[in-house]
Amino acid sequence: MAFLEAHGLTKTYGETNAVDNLTFTVEKGSFVSLLGPSGCGKTTTLQMIAGFEDPTMGKIKLAGRDLSAIPARDRGLGIVFQSYALFMHMTVAENVAFGLEMRNVDKAERKRRVADALELVHLGHLANRYPRAMSGGQRQRVALARALVIEPELLLLDEPLSNLDAKLREEMQLELRRIQREAGVTTLMVTHDQSEALAMSDRVLVMEKGRLQQEDSPFEVYERPRTSFVSTFLGKSNNFEAELKSVTPTASQLLIAGRGLTGPSVNLKPGTVEVAVRPERIEIVDAADAVITGTVRERIFLGAQWMMNVATPLGDMLVIRRNAGRREAEIGDTVHLSWAPEHMRILPLNEVAA
Amino acid sequence: MNEKPWMMSAPALTLFGVLLLVPLCMTFFLSFNSFGFYTGIENTVSMENYVEVVSDSYFWEIFGRTFAIALATTFFCALLGVPQAYILYRLSPAWRSIVVLIVIGPLLISVVVRTLGWAILLGNNGVINSALQNWGLIERPIKMMYTSGGIVLALTHVFLPFMVLAVWAALQRKDPAVEAAAESLGARPFTIFRRIVLPQVIPGILSGSLIVFSMAASSFATPAILGGRRVKVVATTVYDEFLNTLNWPLGAAIAMLLLASVMVIMLAWNRLVERRYGEALE
Ligand SMILES: Nc1ncnc2c1ncn2[C@@H]1O[C@H](COP(=O)(O)OP(=O)(O)O)[C@@H](O)[C@H]1O
Ligand SMILES: [Mg+2]
Repeated sequence: MAFLEAHGLTKTYGETNAVDNLTFTVEKGSFVSLLGPSGCGKTTTLQMIAGFEDPTMGKIKLAGRDLSAIPARDRGLGIVFQSYALFMHMTVAENVAFGLEMRNVDKAERKRRVADALELVHLGHLANRYPRAMSGGQRQRVALARALVIEPELLLLDEPLSNLDAKLREEMQLELRRIQREAGVTTLMVTHDQSEALAMSDRVLVMEKGRLQQEDSPFEVYERPRTSFVSTFLGKSNNFEAELKSVTPTASQLLIAGRGLTGPSVNLKPGTVEVAVRPERIEIVDAADAVITGTVRERIFLGAQWMMNVATPLGDMLVIRRNAGRREAEIGDTVHLSWAPEHMRILPLNEVAA
Repeated sequence: MNEKPWMMSAPALTLFGVLLLVPLCMTFFLSFNSFGFYTGIENTVSMENYVEVVSDSYFWEIFGRTFAIALATTFFCALLGVPQAYILYRLSPAWRSIVVLIVIGPLLISVVVRTLGWAILLGNNGVINSALQNWGLIERPIKMMYTSGGIVLALTHVFLPFMVLAVWAALQRKDPAVEAAAESLGARPFTIFRRIVLPQVIPGILSGSLIVFSMAASSFATPAILGGRRVKVVATTVYDEFLNTLNWPLGAAIAMLLLASVMVIMLAWNRLVERRYGEALE
């Protein structure tokens, strides 16, 4: 049975639905990311789970019990805020001890648990420092220790790494996963950074405009996006319109720029559809095998790979090629592009997509 | 360095210089002159006025009373202003703008008018005493006019907005998520206020106290109306020396002593604040 369940969760501010009919579950012990662009309602969702905002509609259940009547202070959740929200007038140890004090844990045990929590985040030696004398990464660990020391059933992280610089962020991704595994705590993390979500999570919930777009493992959301939004938000993708002629249980017939192509089977009705192809799955081939032909507009050398922008009748296509030590097509060259049928993702047409 | 800011603030600086520094310097020099009952102000230089003030227990009493009133006013402003600022901070934006107007509104009305309002309330036949007598709660009126307590009450009302604004500014500087963090750790609202919010706004309380204290110590209109001749403070004493006794040099010396003592207290206070909290909170 699912540990955390949200059913039809909705939050309305005035006219707009910040969160719109969100239903999802989180398994015990897992690390789940809520991924979406800024303003899509991630923080609002987290705030409702934490108890700082009341849902306009819908239910949240934790370990089978309905949270709606339980105030934030009694939910016993560990929360790490985007700004860390450390108590600047208290030492690191006092910050971490605060939650235990509120629970009337006696002094000896408090001391032991604070020491354990600081050990877990590798900050044992800084217990008596004030947060102002610490780096961003260290403050982050203090916030984590403070949230974990109360042994929460659920850990909520709101963009925990967004205030760190790029190098530290990568380090903390691994560190955060280690801490989460060692503490064995079910975790829901909010982020707008797709690579962060892919790298850290067991499952990813992709949100757009308050709605859940897809819930899957990181590999699945990347490989099998179910909507146009998911295909472009996670990684790079070439999306174009095509005509779906027919569908069988094993294959589909597509008409792309006047050429008939066989694609993977799809649960869609014939008509206009959107096709997504990842840039790294596109190959440069001989004229005879081409799906589409275009002219190289731009070419960037990235060391391990080449990135090309090719103008085609389907629109500009991004092509990424591994650097195999050969010369590549130059700007202005005509190139023939092709891809394997199984690398096409056939999606419902997204009217708003550009 | 860019010289433009200097040039642009030159008019203000000139105005400031002319309107503040010139009279201040004149008062300063005046305080060393002497005064004879028949001769008037004599252009001599001596410390006799200062010696007279410092050696007379009458003046000590007045200075003592002035600072006691200022201290009590500061205390009550903090006591009332801190919760008021916190409530203001917690209000929704729509309500906040209304309440800010209510808090700051009194500043738009002359101190004299507000003090006269208090005089109407506090007098022996004033609103409060009449009401209490009508309800049979007291037999004889409680003396509130011409008492230090009455002055403190009115000054607290007059200066409260400054404390509220100082504390409110400090509240807005703090991370708004800390209260939510404390709540998620199991703290109740009062605990959040006492353990988390209050310690973080202490610098605001201290700077508000500085403003209120110095303004209360040098206030004139309120003690003049509510204290009259019977409860004299330094500012009203200076006024009397200038306009009744016509001993301008002595009045100037008292004024300089008030200025000096308020400044010493302010600087000492400021140092304490900086040493204690300058580094503790960004
Ligand atoms: N208190 C609020 N009042 C009005 N609108 C809000 C409030 N909080 C959030 N919103 C709106 O709800 C939407 C989702 O916000 P949020 O959950 O913070 O997004 P995210 O965390 O994904 O960036 C935004 O459009 C935001 O403007
Ligand atoms: Mg957010």
